[in-house]
Amino acid sequence: MTLALDEPRAAAQERPAPKPRKRGSRRLVRAAALVAALALWHLLTAANARLGLRFDRLPGPEDVAREFGRQLQTGQYWQDVAQSLVRIVSGFALAAALGVALGVAVARSRWADDLLSPLLEVVRPIPAIALVPVAILLFPKNEQGIVFITFVAAFFPILVSTRHAVRALPTVWADAVRTLGGGRARVLLSVVLPGILPGVFGGLSVGMGVAWICVVSAEMISGDFGVGYRTWQAYTIVDYPGVLVGMITIGVLGRVTSGAVELAGRRVTRWLPGEEER
Amino acid sequence: MSPLSLRAERATLGYGDHAVCTGLDLDVRAGEFLVVAGPSGCGKSTLLRAFAGLLRPSGGAVTAGGETITGPSPDRALVFQDDALLPWRSARRNVELPLAIRGVPRNARRAEAAEWLARVGLADAVRRLPRQLSGGMRQRVQLARALAGRPRALLMDEPFGALDAQTRAAMQRLLLDVLADAPATVVFVTHDVDEALLLGDRVVVLGRRGVALDADVPAAPDDTLRARVLAALGARTGEEVR
Repeated sequence: MTLALDEPRAAAQERPAPKPRKRGSRRLVRAAALVAALALWHLLTAANARLGLRFDRLPGPEDVAREFGRQLQTGQYWQDVAQSLVRIVSGFALAAALGVALGVAVARSRWADDLLSPLLEVVRPIPAIALVPVAILLFPKNEQGIVFITFVAAFFPILVSTRHAVRALPTVWADAVRTLGGGRARVLLSVVLPGILPGVFGGLSVGMGVAWICVVSAEMISGDFGVGYRTWQAYTIVDYPGVLVGMITIGVLGRVTSGAVELAGRRVTRWLPGEEER
Repeated sequence: MSPLSLRAERATLGYGDHAVCTGLDLDVRAGEFLVVAGPSGCGKSTLLRAFAGLLRPSGGAVTAGGETITGPSPDRALVFQDDALLPWRSARRNVELPLAIRGVPRNARRAEAAEWLARVGLADAVRRLPRQLSGGMRQRVQLARALAGRPRALLMDEPFGALDAQTRAAMQRLLLDVLADAPATVVFVTHDVDEALLLGDRVVVLGRRGVALDADVPAAPDDTLRARVLAALGARTGEEVR
């Protein structure tokens, strides 16, 4: 009898769970992967390799690093960064405000749905970047046009995810507030707006990604300043290290702004189940 | 605030074209504790939603204090079986909700909410979020929230259905205890015959064709009443009867 009871335990001992690698060693592997990629880049460009892809024309990591160091000390670099950030932040803020407001309106009011949805559904499939000519025609200033493109790009993911989040809210919360005497406004403020935040932040993350794609493209087409403009400018004057510096800058800025959105999202949705460990 | 009488007169209740019950007649006397039992799908929850004003009858009338119910009112609080607490609000802020709706100033409603939570034995949990509370604690917060609105009728939809036996017994005692200080008409839906006989002044069994049994519960209920309730619930629903 005791033997039979002990058996499963013995079996468990034979197959120990795979030991999770320690956190430090995992970090080391991750860093090594990056270093290996840099080394490969260096080797291919230093050897002027032509393996179907023409690495002889691509600047190597040293050239890019040198150019990056030089640009970091120029006022122009920081002016471009600031300019792009202003465009992103204003376009994105407009998109967040209007996207959430209209998303809630369309999901909660039949009138708003009937009036707005047809128009929104007609415009939605048009990629924001295809609106550049219209933006140039419509807006007296270039700057406004670029912000408009950024706004349109971020607006639709935010609108759609907000609308979905409102429709997916469990009715029990609104019912509870109504039976406590709350009216429509109270349900909106106390149930809908807080309840949709997890879904809205999903849309904000996507929106921020698309906003960067579009601000950079719009700057390349019609900007006078900005990281996208400078990157394209570098390409036209055959300054290839400058192109790569622009690309990396855009990547870093995208990462930082998306990180900010994600951090804000986690802050306001701490009540979600399973958020304790974070 | 005096307890409220409730009444369904030849009421047809349902969702869309689908009527859950037709021509239901039921009187709930002001101040009584009425337990409604019955098999699933016989309209117990639907009846509560109609009394709460969340559902308009498609035929007949549903009234409170003699007046037709046209929508929800803080006079009639509904306690749900599933978790109806707002998950982003702490226990105290959930209990503050009916007070905020009534326009009680911030400091006063904080104090009052904390008092209600203390009343249901949760003085230590005021700052916790619903997900940091056990099922029994969440139902106590729901009860505190409902009572904080000082309702004249308390509509409870299997409020203890998801709790283990021990917690359930404690909650039943707590409910009777709290009601002694805050008198209200209670309509309490349950599957559990023992719970019905323990809590109710009167027990009604709903069947597919309206009220199948309507009996006052004596102070010391005997096995005859228990047998009658079980019989009214019918053999087919035996598995639901504990």
